[in-house]
Order: sequence, then C-alpha cells, then structure tokens
Amino acid sequence: MIYFDNSATTKVAPSVLETYQKVSEQIWGNPSSLHNFGEQADHLLEQSRQQIADLLGVNLSEILFTSGGTEGDNWVVKGTAMEKRAFGRHIITSSVEHPAVHNSMEQLAQLGYEITYLPVDEEGRVSAADVAAAIRPDTILVSVMAVNNEVGSIQPLLEIADVLKDKPTIHFHIDAVQGIGKGIPELIFNDRVDFITFSGHKFHAPRGIGFIYARAGKRLAPLMTGGGQERNLRSGTENLPAIAGMARALRLMLENESDNVANERAVRQRILDHVKDFPKVTLFSQPNDHFAPHILCFAIEGVRGETIVHAFEDHDIYISTTSACSSKKHLASSTLTAMKVPEQVSTSAVRVSLDENNTLAEADTFNDVFDQLYEQFKKINS
Amino acid sequence: MDHIYLDNAATTPMSDEVVATMMDQMQHDFGNASSVHAFGRKARAVLDDSRHVIANSIHAKDDEIVFTAGGTESNNTVWMQTATVRRDLGRRIITTAIEHESIMKTANWLAHNGYDVVYLPVNEEGSINLDDLKAALTDDTILVSIMTGNNEVGSTMPIHEIGELLQDHQAWFHTDAVQAYGLLDIDVNRDHIDLLSTSAHKINGPKQMGFLFRREGIDFPSFMKGGDQEDKRRAGTENIPAIAGFATAVTALTADEKAHRQAKYASFKQYVVDGLTKAGVDFEINGSLRPDNLQHVLNLWIKGVENDVTLTNLDLAGVAVSAGSACTAGSLDPSHVLVAMFGKDNPRVMQSIRLSFGRYTTTADLDSFINALTAMTQRLNASANEQEAN
Repeated sequence: MIYFDNSATTKVAPSVLETYQKVSEQIWGNPSSLHNFGEQADHLLEQSRQQIADLLGVNLSEILFTSGGTEGDNWVVKGTAMEKRAFGRHIITSSVEHPAVHNSMEQLAQLGYEITYLPVDEEGRVSAADVAAAIRPDTILVSVMAVNNEVGSIQPLLEIADVLKDKPTIHFHIDAVQGIGKGIPELIFNDRVDFITFSGHKFHAPRGIGFIYARAGKRLAPLMTGGGQERNLRSGTENLPAIAGMARALRLMLENESDNVANERAVRQRILDHVKDFPKVTLFSQPNDHFAPHILCFAIEGVRGETIVHAFEDHDIYISTTSACSSKKHLASSTLTAMKVPEQVSTSAVRVSLDENNTLAEADTFNDVFDQLYEQFKKINS
Repeated sequence: MDHIYLDNAATTPMSDEVVATMMDQMQHDFGNASSVHAFGRKARAVLDDSRHVIANSIHAKDDEIVFTAGGTESNNTVWMQTATVRRDLGRRIITTAIEHESIMKTANWLAHNGYDVVYLPVNEEGSINLDDLKAALTDDTILVSIMTGNNEVGSTMPIHEIGELLQDHQAWFHTDAVQAYGLLDIDVNRDHIDLLSTSAHKINGPKQMGFLFRREGIDFPSFMKGGDQEDKRRAGTENIPAIAGFATAVTALTADEKAHRQAKYASFKQYVVDGLTKAGVDFEINGSLRPDNLQHVLNLWIKGVENDVTLTNLDLAGVAVSAGSACTAGSLDPSHVLVAMFGKDNPRVMQSIRLSFGRYTTTADLDSFINALTAMTQRLNASANEQEAN
C-alpha cells in the first residue's frame, strides 16, 4: 500500500497514539476543575502549550487550541470582522484559499463586508503589489495561505508582510495548515504576522485538534462563547489527549524538518521527472522554490481526475483529486480555475501529497504504475 | 493516596471500550471521509454506522444528526445561526436563568446586539413554571432554548409540555441535553424537539465531540464554514475516531442501562444524605430529591462553610467535587444557578458544593466523601468552640 494523500489527512504517529491513550486513561480530568484531577489536567495542558510555543519560538500565551484548521480559519476571519467592525469592513484575501477561509469570507460578504479576492499567476501565487494596491483606509484583514493545498505553491508571505509593515492596524492572517514542517518557518513566522492557523491531523496528530497563533496584543472576538476556556477566547472543555498528542507530533515533525523536507522533495522530484515528459501530462506544481516539497499536482489530458484516482487505487496507491474537500463535488478545482487552467484540463487533475515516510522506492512503483495506466488511457481515448 | 472522583458532571473518564475503538480507528482506518478512494470509503462507512447508532438513541433520522466539536459548539451554533437566519421573523428568544455558560454568554452577546432575550426564572427546586413561558411567548419569538436537565443541581424542565406548547408556534424549540443524554430516555418526536445538543465527554466518550440534532426542515447555514462535510452543515474534516468512540459510548447506554443508572444514582444520593445526617453535618439539599431529576447530580449547602474552604479540605483528603460547573470553577463568583434559585444574598450561593456520580462511582467513594466532610465540619466546629471559649 502506498499512501500519497497526506494533504487530505495523515496517519497518527505511533508515539502520538501512545500519548493519546496514556492521557485518556490517566489524566482525564477537566482542566477547569479546582481539584487534583483538574490541576493535573491543567498542568499538562499548559505544559503542552509551552512545548508548542517553544518549538515555534513564540510566547506561551500566543497559542490557543481549537478543534482544527476549519475552526481556526473561521475564528480568525470572523473574529477579526466582529472585533474590528467599527473600524472598517474591507478584507483582502486570495482567490485560492481553502474553503474554510473562502466560505467564511462569503458569509461576511452577505453581512455587508467587502471582500477583495486577489488574482493569482500561473503558479497560483498572488503578488504583493496587488495586495498593496488593494489596501484601503477601511481594510481590517489580509488573509493569505502559506501553501496552497491543491498545487503546493508558496505565497510571497515576506513581501506581503513588507507591504503591511507600516499598516499595523490591519490583521495579517496566514493559513499554515499545509505549510508547517515544510522548510519555510521564516516565511510563516515573519515579523509582521498576527494570526496563523494550524491543524493537527495534517502532521500525524489526531483529528479534531488544532491551534492558532495569536500575536500578543492583537485582539480577536471569540467564535465560541461559554465557559471561558483559553483565556476567555475559545470556550469548550479542552481535548487534552489530543492536545498532548499534537504537541508530541509537532516536536517529532520539527526536530527532523530538514531531513523530512529533503526526502519529500526527492520523492516528488522522482515522480515529477518521470511524468513531465509524457505529451498528455500538464504539470501545475513546478520544481522551484515557489512550491512546497510535498505536493505534486498534474493532469492527464482527456481522463477525469476521479478515473485516475480509482485506477491508481486498483494498484493499492492512494492519491486524490485536487483536494479532499472538493473531491466529492465533481467540480473543477478552484485553485486551477483561479490559475486560468481551462476546465477540460483542470477536471483531469490529480494531486500526489507526500509525508516524511514516503520513499523513493514508492515513487518508482508509482512511476511504473503510471506507465501502465497511461498506456491504458491512451488506448481508451484513441 | 487514592483519589476519589465525584465530579462526573464536569467530565468523565473514557471507558476502556471507547479508548479501544478510538485507538483502532487511529491505527487502521485513518482515511478522510471526503476522499474518493478506499480509505475514504471505509471512513465514510464508519461515519454512517456511528450516525445511525446515535440517531436511534434519540429516535431521530440519521440525516438529522450533525457531529460537532462538543456541547459548546452545538449550543453556539443553534443560537447564533437561528438569530441570524430568523431575524426577519422576530427578535425574541426565550431561555432560562440557569442555562450552561455556552448559552448564557451567547445570549448575553445577542442581547447586546439587538435581540430581546427573556430569561425565565426558576423556583427553589431549580425548575421553570410553564405559565412563565406562556406569558413570555410572543408571536415574534424565534427560539425557545431550555435545557433538559441542569448541570449544577440536577433539576429537569418540563420538556414534553414545552414541546407541545410550541408545536403550532413559529419558534424553534432547542434543548441542551448535555447532562441528561446519558440518563433520560430522550425522544425528539414525542417531545416535539427541533434542536438538541449533546456532548460525548459527559458519557465516558471523548472530549471535543458532540452532536446537534437538527429536525428535518430546520434550515440554517453552517456555523463553521469550509468544506461540504456533514451535508454542508458543519465544515471540517470529520473526527472519525472520536465519532466512532462516541457511538461506542452511546451503545453502552441502552434504555435499561439508563434506567439502572438513574436508580443507582438516586440511591447514592439517599446514601449521602443519610450518611451526612447521621454524622450530624449541618447541610441542606439545593434543589430536591424528586425522582424525575437527573440523579447523578447532588448539590449541598454546607451551612456556614464557604465553598472554597470545603473544596480545599476535600481535595486534601483526596476527594474531588466542585462548586458549580467546572467552567466557572476557576472564578469565585457565585453560581448563577444558585443565585437564580435563592437570590444573590442567600449564604447558600457561596457555601454549596456539587457532587456528581458516574459509571465508576462506588459506595466506598461516597463513604470517603462523607468521612472527609464530617471530619472537616467537626474540626471547624471544634475550633469555633475553642475561639468562643477563649
């Protein structure tokens, strides 16, 4: 079995599972409780928060736990809109964001906010000059992803940070769900960023857990109100086994980040070098530093993406159409559409997404299967 | 020292079978249910099976169950989305003065943003009067949100009567059943419930997992925007291991098992009351020993002893109880539930503690509690007498 769909979800790491089980069985109290069970749980909660903060080089109080990437994105986008509505109603984002950002923007548009969707180039990247040109006196938020989940392009985050340098009242949010552990920490944790979204299950932590980084002093209205957990900013009994597991998963990933990245890049290159010369193949991810090491998106002209996915599946290789979220809709990829890829090509796109456990041998197997399938598709289409 | 846990309304430990289910899911079936390949389809099957088990538990249809990140999210979703989508039909929302914080805080926010929120009073048993609801109900009421059972005193509300009353009214009927779900027979059709919130970690399931029952035809946009998961009603990659764990926890709660627990916890309550009486502790029950209450919660006024003193003493003796709900426990504000029942000037509001029983509670635990509390009150009385003598 070859699992090449790590951008959809990753398998929980064995040692993370151990942590999860141990905490579930031993430290299951409610961290808000005042008694011993609660104190132990609260202690582990803050220890996990400290560990994550240390790994990322930020302050303890800047890490806030959520139920995942979707909640983090919803919270930063809508929480900014609510917090800053007296100051303005204009928001700038890209046209290739994850639905968690995009659909939050659409909801705000219905409530009277004005959203500027920046165009992208053929690599799926916005330009900082476009950000600068879009800024107005009533702009309250710029929200741009670190790494696109469908094609893997890295946004020019430092250039955008530079544009926003003398605009301190605008919140700058980065959706880093696909960007953590991919060798670009200096782009994500830049001097100007205010909020960053992370999701645990994309880096071998359990489902249903994530966190946001919120720069000290930057205010966000809560999305979830109630018992006042997470410094009164995110209510709901804390999911401690998953939080402790996530802290461990983050450490595992970051302590080997450069090796992981080198491996993923090599595996991706092996596949890319092989498929790029086939006449019916169109590459959307390029082997340059504008792209993350773990995502390769390409199309085989004349074959639907879903057909390609199932054909690989018959050989026990798991890839996806462009994103898990859009794969059920049989729709053209929104990122590819924004990149002005014609629909007859974009509906033929598939995504290979890697993690540190994938190997060159798996890439070779993939390439062999690719050859067979390519021949089959050619026969069917001729 | 063995620690005794009598705070099951705050949270419960996961049962062994729930942990086993979740570990198995995380090790073997880790697909994203939205993926079209075999991993995704397997995950989808687990999701569908779990939904079926859970729908059955409240007599709902499968597609009326939306998985969420827990009780807080379910409650926030109902209030915020109903307020938004129905604002043209009216601005009045009726609730009680003793709801959980996830409703109280959301209600306060809406009250400050143009909504007319009515908080129904409660009597000294901690329940509402149906006539108060009838009096508050206007044509432009859009939501009635009344908890099934209270988390601090265990009182239950006349859910069936409320459901009947609202049957021909435009208002949607929501009930927060987080505390009641593991003990009462809930039937959303019998009781004409439109929306219902639950939480898995109160029934030996995982934290940050719950569901929202949304009756067919009740339509509002997703609170969490993003992918099309949960039939476009809750975005975010499905937390399948936790969902499967939740279903495992629900499977253990058959009608018989729930009735058995209610009876067992009722006898626990009586045991504590008898034990403390025999030991000469000066106390009173906040609420009542009514048989239709949630029997896992027992709230006691320990006369003359501030609750922080009691909590500290019990904790040192290795017994975990709480004052009010866990969420507000960090603050020393009086419980809003006790204030609603007795008024803010009543000494009870700062001198009461909550015990809550669970699957693993034994009478030996109750003995430990009774002994620790008795020892404390005797010590306090002795030192008070000494001071008086001096």
